[in-house]
Amino acid sequence: MSIWEYANPKKFMDTTGPVLPWIGALAAVLLVVGLFWGFFLTPDDYRQGSTVKIIYLHVPSAFLAINAWFMMLVASLIWLIRRHHVSALAAKAAAPVGATMTVIALVTGAIWGQPMWGTWWEWDPRLTSFLVLFLFYLGYMALWGAIENDDTAADLTSILCLVGSVFAILSRYAVNFWNQGLHQGASLSMDKEENVADVFWVPLLVCMGAFVLLFLYLVLTGTHTEIRARRTRALLARERMS
Amino acid sequence: MIPDLGKYADTVLSAYAASLVLMAALVVFYIYRSRKSRRALEQIEQRMRRDG
Repeated sequence: MSIWEYANPKKFMDTTGPVLPWIGALAAVLLVVGLFWGFFLTPDDYRQGSTVKIIYLHVPSAFLAINAWFMMLVASLIWLIRRHHVSALAAKAAAPVGATMTVIALVTGAIWGQPMWGTWWEWDPRLTSFLVLFLFYLGYMALWGAIENDDTAADLTSILCLVGSVFAILSRYAVNFWNQGLHQGASLSMDKEENVADVFWVPLLVCMGAFVLLFLYLVLTGTHTEIRARRTRALLARERMS
Repeated sequence: MIPDLGKYADTVLSAYAASLVLMAALVVFYIYRSRKSRRALEQIEQRMRRDG
């Protein structure tokens, strides 16, 4: 039994199809629990007041915005090296989720930044690299839509994904690379001294889990959609030929 | 029911509203496209079976 067996579209659909509703349901439950816990049951921060409650949306969305791109990078490399269609379609399915998460991170960051920093936006290294990452998401989706041949589109978008990975890395480590700007360091750290207090940390972990499961649910659903759409196009072409 | 958010109530509520609307739109978009693609595939498969 090899992992590459799942590169077969039918095997992939048959394996992931039955678990899809469970993943969606678990994501929904965790999201409700995490956000309820964070919004209603956690105290205000001694400096940031009630704005700390934005952390339950801002941090998980920023985490996914970066890691969705890394998932696309891995899928693109699999496509370029092994030519498995499912991996290229999974990367395509992940892009709108990553783009939306980037928007959520940017919007919640701006809303949070206004009262804390006194500005909606600053050309700070992390904020700027996030904005560029969002533009890469848009370019990636536009490229998929602009090319008719599926394999050519997968090739070109994979290359774009490799280039964009530089900005995904910059988005993650910008605050470490440049010791300037308004944005703080990582909220989540293995170092207990750096980490947020436990009272915020546990519901934040629940929200992180919910966002990851939501991402998984949407990527699997989107990959199923792309596989079906490709098969429909193939059957339509066969119908026209006969 | 809503906790006292103090002077930042608008800030917190607008962040939650914007995020939840975007996430709901994303989920609806994916489910809508999934159902549409399933219907399209079923239709053509049915037609091909019928026409041999």
